Amino acid sequence: MTSTAATTRGPLQVTAKVFSNKRVGDYWHLTLVADGIAERTRPGSFVALAVGGDTSGALLRRAFSIYRVRPAGVYGGTVEIVFSARGRGTQWMARLAAHDPVDVVGPLGRPFALPKEPVGCALVGGGYGSAPLFGLAERLRERKCSVHMVLGAATESRLFGALEAKRAAHSVTVTTEDGSVGIKGVVTDALPALFNRGVEVVYSCGPMGMLKAVTQLALEHGAWTQTAVEEDMACGIGVCMTCVLPVVGDDNVTRMVRSCVEGPVFAGDKVRWDDIGTVPPGTFGAPRSGGR
Amino acid sequence: MGRLRPEDVDLSTVLADVHLDNPVMTASGCAAAGRELHQFFDVADLGAVVTKSIMRDARSGRATPRMSETASGMLNSIGLQGPGIDAFLATDLPWLLRHDARPIVSIAASSLGEYAELARRVGNSPGVAAIEVNISCPNVEDRGLVFACDPLQAGRVLSVVRRDTPRGLPIFAKLSPDVTSIAEIATAVMAAGADGLVMINTLLGLDIQLDRMRPALAGVTGGLSGPAIKPVALRAVWEVSRALPGVPIIGVGGIRTGADALQFIAAGASAIQVGTAIFNDPCAPVRVLKELREELATRGIAKVSEAIGLAHPSIGGS
Ligand SMILES: Cc1cc2nc3c(=O)[nH]c(=O)nc-3n(C[C@H](O)[C@H](O)[C@H](O)COP(=O)(O)OP(=O)(O)OC[C@H]3O[C@@H](n4cnc5c(N)ncnc54)[C@H](O)[C@@H]3O)c2cc1C
Ligand SMILES: Cc1cc2nc3c(=O)[nH]c(=O)nc-3n(C[C@H](O)[C@H](O)[C@H](O)COP(=O)(O)O)c2cc1C
Ligand code: FES
Repeated sequence: MTSTAATTRGPLQVTAKVFSNKRVGDYWHLTLVADGIAERTRPGSFVALAVGGDTSGALLRRAFSIYRVRPAGVYGGTVEIVFSARGRGTQWMARLAAHDPVDVVGPLGRPFALPKEPVGCALVGGGYGSAPLFGLAERLRERKCSVHMVLGAATESRLFGALEAKRAAHSVTVTTEDGSVGIKGVVTDALPALFNRGVEVVYSCGPMGMLKAVTQLALEHGAWTQTAVEEDMACGIGVCMTCVLPVVGDDNVTRMVRSCVEGPVFAGDKVRWDDIGTVPPGTFGAPRSGGR
Repeated sequence: MGRLRPEDVDLSTVLADVHLDNPVMTASGCAAAGRELHQFFDVADLGAVVTKSIMRDARSGRATPRMSETASGMLNSIGLQGPGIDAFLATDLPWLLRHDARPIVSIAASSLGEYAELARRVGNSPGVAAIEVNISCPNVEDRGLVFACDPLQAGRVLSVVRRDTPRGLPIFAKLSPDVTSIAEIATAVMAAGADGLVMINTLLGLDIQLDRMRPALAGVTGGLSGPAIKPVALRAVWEVSRALPGVPIIGVGGIRTGADALQFIAAGASAIQVGTAIFNDPCAPVRVLKELREELATRGIAKVSEAIGLAHPSIGGS
């Protein structure tokens, strides 16, 4: 290929091979042998998978947070994701077996920003949203930050990584809405106690409603926030303009920004959570009737 | 016709005095301004890079959801989000030129005056290979009717763009398939001064999300693209190349493979564009180019120009 692909930055397109695909609660844990991606991955970046094979009628890529990577050693480098089988693409993925080929593009997107000082951090994951937090926890601990994980879900089978969290973090709080395990409630119920213990930075990944609630609470406590959003994507690489949401820039101007390249991680206070799905008045270039 | 070696096939093509190394381009709105795709392949390897339709002013585009995946395709209602012509000329165009790409700049507007202004601004920028005129926009001066759907209005756009574009810079009109007779629109824009045609833009469609029992797109309707529309696009190219023999045509709509590309060329196109397939495979344009070369070689066709219109009985047959 060209010199453009020879650098160690930017995404690669790789025909990966399935190493394993295992059921974990309500999710699937897919491990892919995909050379070159591990070395470029940072916590919060994602991969985009083509689904259904070469002649698939489902053309759009599916985006998944990177859970874990292993650089190439004796075996090829691996990339792991955790996914929920819902629509036609993810149901196809659930049927993948060892050695099946999968077209993967990644790593994509802006990763989590890391604090310069060794501060207290809360890592909040909703459902499979905990997946990218484990790599993040490792990086934060290397920087001598204290790491407190809060994992929440509707019910026990939709939690991911609660056991692993005990090894990854200094403290772990689990919440379920039905009380099947941990505190009966939602993740925000567990946060005030952490702010009292000196947490200054809150990282979160999960459903949009959760991200909004976590951000609000964190801001009330004067904490700094980093949120990994989930917007519908078609290409994952920044060329289609489908994945936009209203975000306030440093110049205080709201723009419809692409979450696949300018995100998926945003400072929580910059996202106009209540206006997602609209083009708020005053947005850069808004709004006029237009062509297609 | 014996087999050839793929590397011996001559892929160069000529479109209204524009000489291109090969006939494969990106489709407008599916490649931004080339920069993101350059991470996957060298943009200079393509015949041309067609940029996202640019308007005079910055545009936020429409609300989300803006897309819905459909059988072998997708619906989109992006609403021409973009930075406006000033930012485009200041950053995107120079980037393409620095990377040796052949830029074809797509312009869109909601009034004749705005089209004229864009034609002047783009036309006077060095390095532009051609202008593609996206006329699938509502005309604010005519009750919001889409220019592309009326031969008179479509012709007016092309005549102001022709008037205000420097001589020697070709302009291509991009046509909508949502019309009764695409040949009639094609005739009107050619008479108004277009140098060639790009066919087709997306088809208007709708999807309903049953969970919410509402249209899937915030904008309700959207443009259908992808392999699902290929037969419609091929038919348009076929019809117009019969109605207006010799008119340069760029084929677009559902092209995913080299074989698809060759079908468009055989139907009468001198070049082709790859759009939605890029979302599936970021390397699709260069892959299609490689496969097209192989398709021609297997058939013993030494020059892509010899394949243009080959499927028409009067040209290719006995
Ligand atoms: C940055 C990012 C990280 C993600 N991480 C994970 C993860 O770790 N685990 C996980 O299970 N899911 C994750 N998702 C959501 C996942 O992408 C969707 O569940 C998946 O695309 C749905 O595909 P489908 O075939 O089941 O659904 P379909 O409805 O068939 O999908 C049709 C189209 O819509 C898009 N789409 C539909 N729902 C979503 C959605 N929620 N987000 C983005 N695109 C969507 C698909 O990409 C596809 O293009 C993530 C999404 C984003 C944007
Ligand atoms: C997301 C998206 C955005 C598009 N934006 C534009 C645009 O700005 N201007 C334009 O002339 N066509 C636009 N198109 C239409 C394509 O250029 C092309 O004509 C159409 O999608 C059919 O080709 P395809 O099936 O290869 O995608 C867009 C298509 C898509 C899918
Ligand atoms: S998903 Fe295509 S631009 Fe973000």
